[in-house]
Amino acid sequence: MEENKEAYWQENLRLIFICLAIWFVVSFGLGLLLVEPLNEFRLGGYKLGFWFAQQGSIYSFLGLIFWYGAKMNKLDKKYHAES
Amino acid sequence: MDELKLYTYIAVFGTFALYFAIAWWARAGSTSDFYVAGGGITPLQNGMAIGADWMSAASFISMAGMIAFMGYGGSVFLMGWTGGYVLLALLLAPYMRKHGKFTVPEFIFDRYYSKTARVVAVACLIIASLTYIIGQMKGVGVAFSRFLEVDYALGLYIGMFVVWVYAVLGGMKGITYTQIAQYVVMIFAYTIPAVFISLQLTGNPIPQLGLGSTLADGSGMYLLDKLDLVVTDLGFKEYTTSNLGGGLNMFAYTMSLMIGTAGLPHVIMRFFTVPSVQAARASAGYALVFIGLLYTVAPAVGAMARLNLMNTIEPAAGQNLEYAERPQWFKDWEKTGLLKYEDKNGDGKIQYTADAATNEMVKVDRDIMVLANPAIANLPNWVIALVAAGGLAAALSTAAGLLLAISSSISHDLMKGILTPDMSEKNELLAGRVVMTIAIIVSGYLGLNPPGFAAGTVALAFGLAASSIFPALMMGIFSKKMSGKAAVAGMCSGIGITMLYVFQHKGIMFIPGTSFLGDMGKDWFFGISPNAFGSVGALVNFAVAFAVLKVTGPAPAHIQAMVENMRVPGNVSAAHDH
Repeated sequence: MEENKEAYWQENLRLIFICLAIWFVVSFGLGLLLVEPLNEFRLGGYKLGFWFAQQGSIYSFLGLIFWYGAKMNKLDKKYHAES
Repeated sequence: MDELKLYTYIAVFGTFALYFAIAWWARAGSTSDFYVAGGGITPLQNGMAIGADWMSAASFISMAGMIAFMGYGGSVFLMGWTGGYVLLALLLAPYMRKHGKFTVPEFIFDRYYSKTARVVAVACLIIASLTYIIGQMKGVGVAFSRFLEVDYALGLYIGMFVVWVYAVLGGMKGITYTQIAQYVVMIFAYTIPAVFISLQLTGNPIPQLGLGSTLADGSGMYLLDKLDLVVTDLGFKEYTTSNLGGGLNMFAYTMSLMIGTAGLPHVIMRFFTVPSVQAARASAGYALVFIGLLYTVAPAVGAMARLNLMNTIEPAAGQNLEYAERPQWFKDWEKTGLLKYEDKNGDGKIQYTADAATNEMVKVDRDIMVLANPAIANLPNWVIALVAAGGLAAALSTAAGLLLAISSSISHDLMKGILTPDMSEKNELLAGRVVMTIAIIVSGYLGLNPPGFAAGTVALAFGLAASSIFPALMMGIFSKKMSGKAAVAGMCSGIGITMLYVFQHKGIMFIPGTSFLGDMGKDWFFGISPNAFGSVGALVNFAVAFAVLKVTGPAPAHIQAMVENMRVPGNVSAAHDH
């Protein structure tokens, strides 16, 4: 029981780490730090870095939260931890 | 009465009647109803309610205007105010829901077994929430006075009365269902004008796509390229690359808004209203769907409004608008003082440039961008009426959530939790209602007599949430060993350094003339503006807490066991049964 709790928590931490890495890259990375080189590329009328800062990061956040939720629901089932 | 006014009255008072009807239907019968809507809200409903709770008068009225004038620099608000939901969904909401209590200070008390921690949390919550409410109350007064030409004070009293009826009667339950209705009103009011304007300018009805499309004027030029060209011709910074105080400042600003968002108690407490941990995770996702809908439209509204404004004043290079021929909306907004023209060179035409010596548009208030947008684009009157109702919905829904956060922290944390623990449930419910009434009166007073520092305090609200509440909650969940002493030391030093930084640049308690370092970029620590300092405060909080933990030793075993239990959704205790 205690070991299961710990294993569940470790798997959760791994997922959180992956999600936060993506969260950081799409906003701080592509939208702020790398904005100038990315602005050399285009997405229609958008400069690519500008698009990440004002559109793309928000869509990515959305995808992340739902992906994490779905993965966690599976994890809850695996460990019979549903509420 | 003209047609516009008639439509506006119908839209505004029609929506008020709707809120009253919902409040009567969803009135609260128990403390559980009053604080957490009985814990029976579905994730979809909660997501919509969070959307309305979160999106304030500032999001609805001011944000697109700020983006319009800041261009790329405005991205800090877009990323900051949405990225916080990722942190909420991953780091806070599921575990706090699992623990299953009524308020944020109560969670801090349980986890840190310390009344001091609870009182510090209550103090942060009240300061952060009250400063926020002032803005909402002003938003209500402004919406009434501009759209209905009702006196500012009378408009504010009407707003106070409306929110009093449904928040005091319904508590969290009434607030949740009215917020759902308010979200719907708000999102239509925001997107309909944007769709029309996008269609006019680019031929594409979806604003998010229109912003990246070519103009419909036959030039084949991309909208953003045209905007860059128009603003740089007049000496302004290029729209798509103009940044806000340098790269490091934008980084720190975005981070502060993200963790500040995740640490605002009135948002966190909405996650206590759903029945399970899984529902809490899903709520965050739905919330961001509903928030993202407005936040991805906002940059289009900002850019298109700026282009329309520029094109109105100077339709083609060198062909400036004659002041005598200015359009009706121009005259209307001149009356409010938010738009000001001064014929500096005496040619009777309007010159709008970046150079203060020749610029004749001496005042262009940012808030005009959303409020005057439908008129600038010649949209029908019912659209303008809808914008009025939407602005009021945004302000009232946020005010109600904040009022509940304040009243529950006083009636539940201070009174029931510390001062009079043997208070009956019935009396606690009554106390909650009385405290909320007082909070409405106080915030109404502050809305009528906004302290001179009102504008600066938003920085303080986010700074407090980012530097005290968010780190305390996160460490409480992710570090089993974190002790009460260490957390209190962390919170106090996080707030301390953030307040010190804000005050030394903006004046002690924002009183002009008391700042001992100038409010200028050159005096800023690594060029970080006071508004962006919450993230530095959070770092200090983490560092101090872990240092004190090393010296004073870990939390007791039963607390560590409680944290382990919080991390797993299974066997959720019958939540909300105390």
